[in-house]
Amino acid sequence: MSRRLDVDVAIIGGGLIGSSAALALRGMGLSVALLDKGFCGAQASGVNYGGVRRQGRPVEQLPLSQRAHAIWPRLRALIGIDGEFLRSGHLKLARDEADMASLEAYARATARHGLGLELIGHNELRERFGWIGDGIVGASFCPGDGHANPRLVAAGFAAAARRAGAKVLENTAVTGVTRDGEGFALEAAGNLSLRARFVVNSAGAWAGPFAESFGEPVPLSRIYPSMIVSEPMEKVMSVNIGIEGGGIYARQVERGNVVVGGERGLPLADPDFSRPRGDGALAIMNRAAELFPALRHAQAIRFWSGTEGAMPDRNPVIGPSLTTPGLIHAFGFTGAGFQIAPGVGEVLAELVRDGQTQTPIAAFSIGRFSQPSARTDAGSGAGQDQEPQPGELRP
Amino acid sequence: MNAHSTRTRLQPLIVGAGPAGIRAAQALVAGGLRPLVVDEAPACGGQIYRQRLVPDQRSARDLYGSEAGKAEALHRDFAGLAGKLDYWPQALLWNLRDGRADIMVSGESRQVAYDGLVLATGATDRVLPIPGWTLPGVFTLGGAQIALKSQGCAIGSRIVFLGSGPLLYLVAWQYLKAGADVAAVLDTAPFAAKLSLLRGLPLFPGIVLRGLRMSAELKLGGVALHDGVADVRIEGTDRVEAIAWRRGGREHRFACDGIGYGLALRSETQAADLAGCRFAFDPRDRAFLPERDAAGRTSVPGIYLAGDGAGIAGADAAERSGERAALALLQDRGLPHDAGRAAALERELARIGRFRAVIEAAFPFPAHWMGGLADGTTLCRCEEVDAGAVRDAIARFGVHELNRLKAASRVGMGRCQGRVCGAAAAELLAHETGRGIEAVGRLRAQAPVKPVPLTLALAARPEAAE
Repeated sequence: MSRRLDVDVAIIGGGLIGSSAALALRGMGLSVALLDKGFCGAQASGVNYGGVRRQGRPVEQLPLSQRAHAIWPRLRALIGIDGEFLRSGHLKLARDEADMASLEAYARATARHGLGLELIGHNELRERFGWIGDGIVGASFCPGDGHANPRLVAAGFAAAARRAGAKVLENTAVTGVTRDGEGFALEAAGNLSLRARFVVNSAGAWAGPFAESFGEPVPLSRIYPSMIVSEPMEKVMSVNIGIEGGGIYARQVERGNVVVGGERGLPLADPDFSRPRGDGALAIMNRAAELFPALRHAQAIRFWSGTEGAMPDRNPVIGPSLTTPGLIHAFGFTGAGFQIAPGVGEVLAELVRDGQTQTPIAAFSIGRFSQPSARTDAGSGAGQDQEPQPGELRP
Repeated sequence: MNAHSTRTRLQPLIVGAGPAGIRAAQALVAGGLRPLVVDEAPACGGQIYRQRLVPDQRSARDLYGSEAGKAEALHRDFAGLAGKLDYWPQALLWNLRDGRADIMVSGESRQVAYDGLVLATGATDRVLPIPGWTLPGVFTLGGAQIALKSQGCAIGSRIVFLGSGPLLYLVAWQYLKAGADVAAVLDTAPFAAKLSLLRGLPLFPGIVLRGLRMSAELKLGGVALHDGVADVRIEGTDRVEAIAWRRGGREHRFACDGIGYGLALRSETQAADLAGCRFAFDPRDRAFLPERDAAGRTSVPGIYLAGDGAGIAGADAAERSGERAALALLQDRGLPHDAGRAAALERELARIGRFRAVIEAAFPFPAHWMGGLADGTTLCRCEEVDAGAVRDAIARFGVHELNRLKAASRVGMGRCQGRVCGAAAAELLAHETGRGIEAVGRLRAQAPVKPVPLTLALAARPEAAE
């Protein structure tokens, strides 16, 4: 049996980006179909580390990040749940003087964006964060950052979009999209045909083929950040922790469990799914026990990893297609999409309604891959010296 | 096969040293291989033939009743394999991937590459939440058995056994024989269902008659036997004080300070899941189980299943399926194996399988309890999620699949990884969404199979046998 659907906007991918765009578009009164090949928020959006962090982002992301920053405390009003969002602050540690210099350079480079970074020396660190082990020379603290529960936030945006009238179609893989007259024709699983004036490509790690089919190939790869979680512990960690140079990030949730990341998993036979490596999980666990003495007698109860789209310059692709009017891309968040996603959703809705947005997104244009000379430098000046740094899925 | 090729190939790995694992090990050794056997317990025997931690006056007959001969034979046969295999007791397999096992033993984690894997991971108690089930003093039937067999102590001074299945009567009888004060056995199965046991008589008259004899001895011993109990509630403030239930519109109540509870068994399937084995829904066990052929081969070449970990069939079946799986492994490695013996084992397994269907009909799983579960009753005890919170999550997020329910509600996310609450969560989700139990899916396993310390260190050298 075939079904037909006519909407203003078809959104391919029901992760946090697509779901928040759907909700914002419904708020503007546009009709929306949100399509996901599986369940909304079940991939990277729902299984990431849960860091709600501006600190450490490339400077060009900060306006967007600040926009999202204003949305997080309003989650309850927006989607009906707070998503366990805690404005705990984010503390980025330095292992040595060189790393501390990088943190200082980052604070200077981002000063005009109002992150309110506090540089903390060794003694003050001991005083304020005594639960952090030895071997840390200093840190940079961003008091307005925090963390939240991705399992709830991602699914919460999709559920809110559904309540707001979006047609949320799960287990409905889009099998074809073509430009058709004034709009687009989409074919999807279950003999579903859609017509839409606009298409948002927010398909995450699966977004590449959609972009390519409109003549915009992108170097989108996949990463599989992996996490471990401890049994519930007495409350010791008051802030979300990252470390300059990468390797570990950690937060303690309200219930007491400590979530720790810092390694990569491997894809399974079905590459849409992945699993942590055993030795990688042990490495994360050992690092956590070393850095946080309170965890030395804790047990790890669960490991997981997720599939995330990654770009070589670590910046996402956000903005209108350069080949096809009405098509808008938003993918490739490279392990750092969670915090900015609600802001991206609003920006996408504005691009649909107004054809433009006041938030600067030029640096994220898909055009940077078709014009090699125009490629933006993603360097944040914050010691991004490693290959795509284990992210937030990076701290 | 010559000695050269057995030297150049890796050791097979057997996970579990219960009846299935022991018989698999024995057959592999007889076939010329030197397996590595890893087991969580300090001594072989599995749950059913568990050995005591410290010697005491009890005889094998005291410990294992009518099954003493089988227990002693297994313990003796496994001891006889010493030197012909490698055996790591108190070893936890916590991850499996791409032909490698991560095993915690002697305070370190060893990576073991294997060639051929027999999963004989056994079963744990199947329970459904009822009011008061998390009160101190409530044990699973398996837990009650461990207390008695391994530690030589009873779970209370006045004990009620609740649930269904042959294990219910067996444990009650073992407690009675050990001198404990067993007040009652409350069977959730109606009497009418028991009549189907008569169909089992021609298949295994000995087992049916033994069950009847146990019931008779319980009665003679002053134990009240009730069937068809419903609306069961465990009462108490800080610990178990009483159990109440309804039967035929009448309210009943027993004072007690210990309760053994279980609704038959459930397979431990996480290792098979982590190994990438394909699963299918099994209507008899009302669970997704790893697929296997009559010999125990899974969908993954070189991985075999044996015993209750692949579907509940009991200890006698476990011995046979362990041996059968080992013969398949030998055959698949091109080694000589006894095809006649393999066929005979398969015939016996088929006969036990038919008997299993009779048992299941006699002791039906009360899945319908979940529909009426009170909102305030704890469903997932690790994460402290009650039935009401699960219903809220189902409604709020429009959930109709079990892993999404886990994400939305935390059910099955805790220390036990859903091994205790998974069946109940699936039944509740099926009930709330009006879907069949098979349609809500199964919880995907994640490592670690059981909790491991954060300080667990990777052993310096990888273990690759041979």
